[in-house]
Amino acid sequence: MAEITYLEAIREALFEEMERDPNVFMIGEDIGAYGGAFKVTEGLQAKYGEARVIDSPISEIGIVGAAAGAAHMGMRPVVEMQFIDFIANAYDMLTNYVATARYRAFLPTPMVVRGPSGGYVRGGPFHSQNPEAGFIHTPGLKVVYPSTAEDAKGLMKAAIRDDDCVLFFEHKYLYRRVKGEMPSGDHVVPIGKARVAREGRDLSIITYAATVYKALEAAEQLEQEDGLSVEVLDLRTLAPLDDEAIIATVKKTNRVLVVHEDTRTGGIAGEITARINERCFAWLDAPVLRVTAHDVPLPYAPSLEDFVLPQTSDVVLAARRLAAY
Amino acid sequence: MARSATSRGGGHRASSAAATSAAPESDVSLTREQRLELYYWMRLTRSLEERLVNLYRQTKVVGGLFRSLGQEADAVGSAYALRKGDILSPLIRNLGSMLVQGASPVEILKQYMAKGDSPTRGRELNIHFGDTERGFIGQISPLGDMVPVMAGVTLTFRMRDEDRVGLVYVGDGATSTGAFHEGINFAAVQRCPLVVVIESNGYAYSTPTSKQTLARQMVDKALGYGIPGERADGNDVIATYEATKRAVDRARRGGGTSIVELVTYRRKGHAEHDNQSYVPAGEIERWATENDPITRYLARLAAEGVRDDEITAIDERVHREVDEATDIAERSGVPEPLDALEGVYADPPAAEVLWFREGKRAAVDVNERPAGWGTFDTPAKGAD
Repeated sequence: MAEITYLEAIREALFEEMERDPNVFMIGEDIGAYGGAFKVTEGLQAKYGEARVIDSPISEIGIVGAAAGAAHMGMRPVVEMQFIDFIANAYDMLTNYVATARYRAFLPTPMVVRGPSGGYVRGGPFHSQNPEAGFIHTPGLKVVYPSTAEDAKGLMKAAIRDDDCVLFFEHKYLYRRVKGEMPSGDHVVPIGKARVAREGRDLSIITYAATVYKALEAAEQLEQEDGLSVEVLDLRTLAPLDDEAIIATVKKTNRVLVVHEDTRTGGIAGEITARINERCFAWLDAPVLRVTAHDVPLPYAPSLEDFVLPQTSDVVLAARRLAAY
Repeated sequence: MARSATSRGGGHRASSAAATSAAPESDVSLTREQRLELYYWMRLTRSLEERLVNLYRQTKVVGGLFRSLGQEADAVGSAYALRKGDILSPLIRNLGSMLVQGASPVEILKQYMAKGDSPTRGRELNIHFGDTERGFIGQISPLGDMVPVMAGVTLTFRMRDEDRVGLVYVGDGATSTGAFHEGINFAAVQRCPLVVVIESNGYAYSTPTSKQTLARQMVDKALGYGIPGERADGNDVIATYEATKRAVDRARRGGGTSIVELVTYRRKGHAEHDNQSYVPAGEIERWATENDPITRYLARLAAEGVRDDEITAIDERVHREVDEATDIAERSGVPEPLDALEGVYADPPAAEVLWFREGKRAAVDVNERPAGWGTFDTPAKGAD
């Protein structure tokens, strides 16, 4: 079977779920005839019509709220944020309304909010964000952020079938840069399960999304130049975290580096470090280290963006520090 | 062209105590020199964008390129209704408005090229920058957000009893946002001296106005907010100027917030990569041939007795200025990487350099330049 891109894998999942379940429908800005800013939804309106692939006004609060209402009625809406940065507009609807609906009112809200996320693309402060941390902190929301084409498809299908609201972050740097061969049949990847992207013995890098590739590049370099065996754990789901997989890799290598593209303060690396301290501190041979973005808004100029974001060389440096501890 | 020190248009200065009603009391007359100045700003807007297209094709523009082709009159004519001390907040197709307020071509070019000495020092894209001294506050990408911000700017004018007016631009798309609604309603009840210019250009990205609102015309929204509204031909720079000037004068007189809808047409895509596949055949060509704001204005100026050599002199001046600005912008360097950490707060002055980057002046040896943001026209690459 031919390989398809990360973007095509997401589109394939959307087609299959629309086909499988008539309750699945989409709302978003420019997603219909135009197929979306990145063309993720291309062809869906042609096949399923304007009633199930709805071009909306520029109204993030409106479409997220409408999705919630439809979800209460048994529909399974998939809402596109044209850029995930604009999810900030729907923050109230997601955190105050959607996230609390099941708990306070026993209302199921099975919906997906998806959108292009992340930097390394010279998109500047409003087309590059990684706003996952604010939502991870909100009980009631699930957060998924795949790195491979296979996971992008399988997790999208799982997200649409999930009985709660899933925020589905798609890394735009990966959209057309990574490819994968889709497993045959109904390929669903469970939410809440991490993936060992590379087996190793000497130290572990825990990461997700685009920095999985920075970690893999670093692991290769460390093996070649230092003879280090580096394990890379791709979290895939950020809420709920796969504690079991995190603990397993800690117990295996005893040295952990957490890498993420999000800014440092309040980023998920802090949460992972705390969980490791609580659950398996005695297994550590070194303090848990972090490589993250600097605590600034993401600037536009290449020299600036590259300085703010974590790079492969940073991962290598940090891993060496950890190995030598 | 030097910005006139007092009032750009009309020179009318109504007493702020005089008017409580929305009765028109506005001098919208323009001198011959001012009429030529309007042409200069429109021509400069178009020529500067044409230069940016060349630079974009040479991959010297780092991010996307946003055109205002066909909308030069609405941008220039509306901004021209303000005077020194007034503040506007532009949108992505208001390059002309910013030029009128005093933004320079070299600033625009450096912004697009992400230069270290650009107005935002490489932090922000395209025309996302401002200067409150010159009278413009930079936009952000989420649409409608500048409406409440400008409500606050003009609330301050009112609180300090200053004789100043604010103007904020939105497109037809932004009128669908919560920020637009809350901002204009707040400004209205507070009677802020704010003019909300709605540029109806037919499309928000690919979405036609018919999918944005069922209102017959954008200016109808004024009724719901209880404020005056006026609609004008945005491709007629004089009509645009006059309608905006009436609203600006009303605001200055204490008449509060109002809407000016300018009807125009977006002849290029949302950004340069957008192939406009969603536009009905012939529509763009029809506007280009029948309703180009510069062509229309040139015909009007000729009928008023402006000579060809006067126009040629302005054109030559514009070309010279764009050439000179390009040379200067191209010579500028890229930002120093460490500058990325400065100025998140007043105090501390810079964010901490993270431990793995200590002592380093740069993160990588080569700053890769992806062909785009990964939007659909970017060629597929192998795994990174």
